[in-house]
Amino acid sequence: MSGLFAFHGGLKTVRHKSESNQRPIQLSALSERLVVPLRQHIGAIAKPLVQAGERVLKGQLIGQPDGYISAAVHAPSSGTVLAVDQQPVPHPSGLPDWCVTLETDGEERWIEREPVAYQTLHHSAVRNLLRAAGVVGLGGAAFPSAVKLNLSGRSERLGTLILNGAECEPWITCDDRLMRERAAGIVAGLRIMVHLLDPREVLIGIEDDKPEAIAALNAACAGTGYRVRSVPTRYPSGSVKQLVKLLTGKETPVDGLPVDVGVQCFNVATAYAVHRAIDCGEPMLSRIVTVTGRVRRPQNFEALLGTPFAELIAQSGGYQDGVERLIMGGPMMGFALYDDRVPLTKAANCILAAGIENLTPEQPALPCIRCGACADVCPADLLPQQLYWHARAKEFDKAQDYHLFSCIECGCCSYVCPSRIPLVQFYRYAKNEIWAQEKEKQKAELARQRHQARLERLEREKREREAKLRQKAPPRADAPAEKSSVETAVARAKAAAPAAAEAAETPAAND
Amino acid sequence: MRFRTVTSPHILAEAGVAQLMRRVLYAMAPGIMALIWFFGWGVLVNLALATSIALAAEAAMLLARGKPAVAQLNDYSAVVTAWLLAVALPPLSPWWLTATGVVSAIVVAKHLYGGLGYNPFNPAMIGYVVLLISFPREMSTWLIPHGFGQPEAVTWSETLRAIFGGVMPERFAPDALTGATPLDVLRTQLGLGLNVAEIRNSPVFGIVAGSGWEWATLGFLAGGLWLVYTRTAAWQIPVGMLGALAVVATVFHVVNPQRYAPPWFHLWSGAAIFGAFFIATDPVTASTTPRGRLFYGAGIGLLVYIIRGFGGYPDGVAFAVLLMNIAAPTIDLYTPPRVFGARRE
Repeated sequence: MSGLFAFHGGLKTVRHKSESNQRPIQLSALSERLVVPLRQHIGAIAKPLVQAGERVLKGQLIGQPDGYISAAVHAPSSGTVLAVDQQPVPHPSGLPDWCVTLETDGEERWIEREPVAYQTLHHSAVRNLLRAAGVVGLGGAAFPSAVKLNLSGRSERLGTLILNGAECEPWITCDDRLMRERAAGIVAGLRIMVHLLDPREVLIGIEDDKPEAIAALNAACAGTGYRVRSVPTRYPSGSVKQLVKLLTGKETPVDGLPVDVGVQCFNVATAYAVHRAIDCGEPMLSRIVTVTGRVRRPQNFEALLGTPFAELIAQSGGYQDGVERLIMGGPMMGFALYDDRVPLTKAANCILAAGIENLTPEQPALPCIRCGACADVCPADLLPQQLYWHARAKEFDKAQDYHLFSCIECGCCSYVCPSRIPLVQFYRYAKNEIWAQEKEKQKAELARQRHQARLERLEREKREREAKLRQKAPPRADAPAEKSSVETAVARAKAAAPAAAEAAETPAAND
Repeated sequence: MRFRTVTSPHILAEAGVAQLMRRVLYAMAPGIMALIWFFGWGVLVNLALATSIALAAEAAMLLARGKPAVAQLNDYSAVVTAWLLAVALPPLSPWWLTATGVVSAIVVAKHLYGGLGYNPFNPAMIGYVVLLISFPREMSTWLIPHGFGQPEAVTWSETLRAIFGGVMPERFAPDALTGATPLDVLRTQLGLGLNVAEIRNSPVFGIVAGSGWEWATLGFLAGGLWLVYTRTAAWQIPVGMLGALAVVATVFHVVNPQRYAPPWFHLWSGAAIFGAFFIATDPVTASTTPRGRLFYGAGIGLLVYIIRGFGGYPDGVAFAVLLMNIAAPTIDLYTPPRVFGARRE
């Protein structure tokens, strides 16, 4: 473990990698119908650019990013738009969301693809290309990558660029297969990231249960100076802050991002997507997804976004008997789906058809015995049990005093809890309540400000009317007075603007 | 196809409360076997009696409180309480003594304070202290240790008659059957002006500490280390408690070896080892933060020495644990771990 910096806590879980990582990535069959959600990323939902009946080409922009933190959405194949409406999507809430439904024509007719030589372009032009290509982080969070590749506001040179190939969830193998089969593409994408970020060093972190992937990337990195580091198999080593600590020894501040300690981190699949976007001119239309658990042929697919989960499962030979839960993501952090007729999204790295033998049977929670096993495994060094007591008692202030928002919801505490208390669920509840309260507060504050402004306006108007009446001057003399009132209003607005902007920014900064 | 939705994580570790409690019982086995060897069947009868009464009291209280009785009876926590208390009782205690202690522990200390997970005081120690204060004579009538099967050992039927009939075996002279515990002897004779070395010559002492007792302590140490190894018990508590006891005993012993027993004697006597690994580590009533557990343990060690050396009782583990139980929430408040990414002070 030379040169590594262990993080506190974590777990060794039963591994289920070999079920799905023995077969090569298979291109999934083209679905007759693709349902492409307009919100597959963190940030604002993309604005639809197409209408029902319109014909689209493969790779055509169908959803425009709305604002800086948003991502473009493209037609994954050529065909006809059937509808732009709300459809079921894979989301923990189970609520439908806006989607573009596409009937594919089977021709896969592409838009014009233009590979670019990124070295000749200005950094911002490369970022704009990535933004236009809808590239988001493929590790699960789906944060728009162009935002993270922009360090122009920072004075110091980036210390470390990390590629995350840890893949610590027990069942997921999509990154494993990608690294084994397409290491050169990953390194090509990494080169573009290096070009944009200019880091002092580049590290690729991979858990040591993936020797083939490590070998493949070592070969692909030969001569580049990028270093592949094998990290111990210990969940959640793939969590950003934990991986940054492991590889660099640096702790991301409680309220900060890794970039605050001079580290930026991307998933290996994101690097591969960057390569495809720049070197091949292909926007993000597909991803590698693991289909595993109680299906007949567990394997990885390269599947078009919008492909229904049910079809991917059918292509894996269908369900075996006794599927108890359908999970998107891994068993530690993934969420259970109520239906398999939901489309593949950029964030969907794994579809796990979990059998009863892969799950822990639900059982009534016993009282907390304060054993502290949760604190022993917490990778954020929290006191999960104190958080639990306060969340349960709705003492949200106290929960925040115990750093509720440092919780990464990795699930280690729930995993070890001998009383079977669904701890993470309590933290999610508390966080949601606090967010709701914050929003409520902001709304009330805004209403108060509006009311105040209205009162002032009424008062001003009244004064002005009275002034006019008192003056009883000829209309000519009135003009400058009116102008001056406009001028003072403008001046007042100018004076108020920075204060208002500050007021609007403060809560946002807390998010 | 439709599925049920449940929040993550979807997998859990195997060890539940029941398994943790069972591990404590397994860990007590070697020490208990040594106690049975030296003190006879009475130890076993006490254990069985305490277990049955504890389960009955637990079931009654769970029913009365409208709790799921079967699920919580299966958690073994009542059995652990019963065993911790039974081990601390004189081997020929009358049945009602055991019953009073167990009922105080389960009904009053545990369930009237909210049941498993909510009780501020260690139930077994409450039961023990109730008995120690209410029935000092019965609680100090310890058998003189003899090996199993020796003519001096109390027989099975004599044991049953003593416990359930209140009739002590008549074939022994009064002093040949029972006597004071080693710590009691030390305390009394120090009071008579003897020095530690002279007292250590008394036959109640063996190689390190009380003869017979020291083997039970060895058994409990082995079981306790296994508990720490399996992470059933937090290592900080025994380390803190035994460490503090050793340090303070060493200081006093160095200053005046005539008056103060050596540290190894203190560590190996009475309930120090047993208390450090089995009683103080009760998670419900102990401190829960890693640093807090060290302080908590150290507090118990210090109090044990103070009570043994300067207090009114020969051993002080029960009182020390209860006193530190009161302090545990406060200790937790001031010893939170440094959160990942928080500034180092």
